[in-house]
Amino acid sequence: MIRLIKPILDTPKQKAFEWKARREANGTAQPWQEAQFFTCPKCQRRATRANWSEHLYVCPNCGHYQPIGGYYRLSMILDHGSFKELNEKTTGRDFLHFPGYPEKLSLQRRKTGLSEAVVTATGKIHGIQVVAAVLDSRFFMGSMGTGVGEKVTLAVEYAAAKKLPLIIFSASGGARMQEGIYSLMQMAKTSAAIASFSAKGGLYISYLTHPTTGGVTASFASLGDITLAEPHALIGFAGPRVIEQTIGQKLPAGFQRSEYLEEHGFVDKIVPRSEMRETLAQILKLHTNGGKRL
Amino acid sequence: MIRDILKQIEEVDAAIGAQQEPLTDEDAALRSALLLKRSNLLNECRELSAEDKVFLARHPRRPKIDEYIHALFTDFFEQKGDRQCKEDPSILGGIALYKGLPVTVIGHRKGSDLASNMTYNFGMPGPEGYRKALRLMRQAEKFGRPVITFIDTPGAYPGMEAEARGQGEAIARNLAEMSQLTVPVIAVVTGEGSSGGALALGVANKVLMLENAVYSVLSPEGFASILWKDASRHGEACEIMKLTAQDLFEFHVADEIVPEPLGGAQLDHGALFACLDVALTKNLAFLRKFSGNTLAAQRYKKYRQIGQ
Repeated sequence: MIRLIKPILDTPKQKAFEWKARREANGTAQPWQEAQFFTCPKCQRRATRANWSEHLYVCPNCGHYQPIGGYYRLSMILDHGSFKELNEKTTGRDFLHFPGYPEKLSLQRRKTGLSEAVVTATGKIHGIQVVAAVLDSRFFMGSMGTGVGEKVTLAVEYAAAKKLPLIIFSASGGARMQEGIYSLMQMAKTSAAIASFSAKGGLYISYLTHPTTGGVTASFASLGDITLAEPHALIGFAGPRVIEQTIGQKLPAGFQRSEYLEEHGFVDKIVPRSEMRETLAQILKLHTNGGKRL
Repeated sequence: MIRDILKQIEEVDAAIGAQQEPLTDEDAALRSALLLKRSNLLNECRELSAEDKVFLARHPRRPKIDEYIHALFTDFFEQKGDRQCKEDPSILGGIALYKGLPVTVIGHRKGSDLASNMTYNFGMPGPEGYRKALRLMRQAEKFGRPVITFIDTPGAYPGMEAEARGQGEAIARNLAEMSQLTVPVIAVVTGEGSSGGALALGVANKVLMLENAVYSVLSPEGFASILWKDASRHGEACEIMKLTAQDLFEFHVADEIVPEPLGGAQLDHGALFACLDVALTKNLAFLRKFSGNTLAAQRYKKYRQIGQ
């Protein structure tokens, strides 16, 4: 539904990918359960699913950015038929034997159809092979536990080994509390992987989406060679509620939003969803070295 | 609860201190009774709960960074400022000699009373503090000095200015660059190590933890308020978070536990420094045998395999 020109026959893998992307865009597993209309959580106005889809799930009325799933986002940016998922089966583990955590995990899996809060894949953008990771805020708030840490690290290492550019779309509530210190250590693990990738000359584009906070902001999300952000996304280390409690006053409007970060020198460019693919293609093109890819 | 035991020990100590020299026979009998009571009380401290350890880790009389520097190092020269914006006193750092060897020492700084805690922001650094630490570490690498860090913080400061100047970016940069340093890095968790604010000084070849230190993804209060929307359940949080030195040693996050005097380090600073001195000497001698690239590779591997 994203690419207009389709080959006559798709591979089963491509069909499965499109089905997942379609499922995420519609919020239900079965086409016949799809509601005709979708109400914007911000302006409360309704629009048809087709209209939302056409606008890439940016509210057609008020411009609110609806969070989207990993597969759906990848279907927006990758060349048709190029998607190949990496480490699909890798998940987090309950290292601390935390009460109730396994049940919560399986609930999240049933709810979203994902195995972890990140999808990692390789594919092409305008013919340039890339590695992409997309965090999904619908799964456990996109929190980083060992599953997310491991999958991101594996993706970075894959990009390093194959000498491919890396793109990570961040969306996270921070560390996964139920995995305790293991979760904290994923910050060191992913940052070290990015540092090693960077030292080998790899290109890393970090794309910040709503919300990117806590341990993800304080690790790989902040380490891009190029940092992009979706309009009006919440991006910060400490959450707004914690800051308000600490300083005992209300935060000004627009605080910790993409535009605020751009103003303070932490974002190269704010890129609307509709320009996402073309912007990435432009940056990739700018990093091709006399026709020789990274 | 350790809190009550320590209170009783204090009372006993006060009673002993109040006795007048020279001792009469009666006084001597009383004193030996008091000493016996004291050692019995201390014996009760052998089995501590996680909550007790959190209490000890935050004890106001627990040694602070400047005391560690004074006791273990000589010729300390403090380096201030991040060279970009300002000086953050909640991190103390500089160059010192450890048994004649130049090293870079960096650590969170907490105060011992309200006034000094206000100055040092209760050991909660802003981005400037982390950038200063990074500046010092890069310099250590340039001059081939080992880096020794002391971790004791409730977390990075959650304030407006800290966010405006990139708290997340500063921590991330430290994690990335520390992983690549080509000199030995030893981190010592001396008190409470909470969140990314602690880890930003903690990407090390060897992580030592004092026996009653704790290290966790978030403070127990923050943890309880996120998970149960109720910060008062922090006692419960302490138990399920698995944040003690013994837990972390089991998880291979901490490499060594440095023993503390019975009842906690605050009762006998000297004994603690002696134990820590032994551990530092041993680990430093071990790490100095390796080349810079081996050290960086070893550090990468150490963190790579956590949660694999």
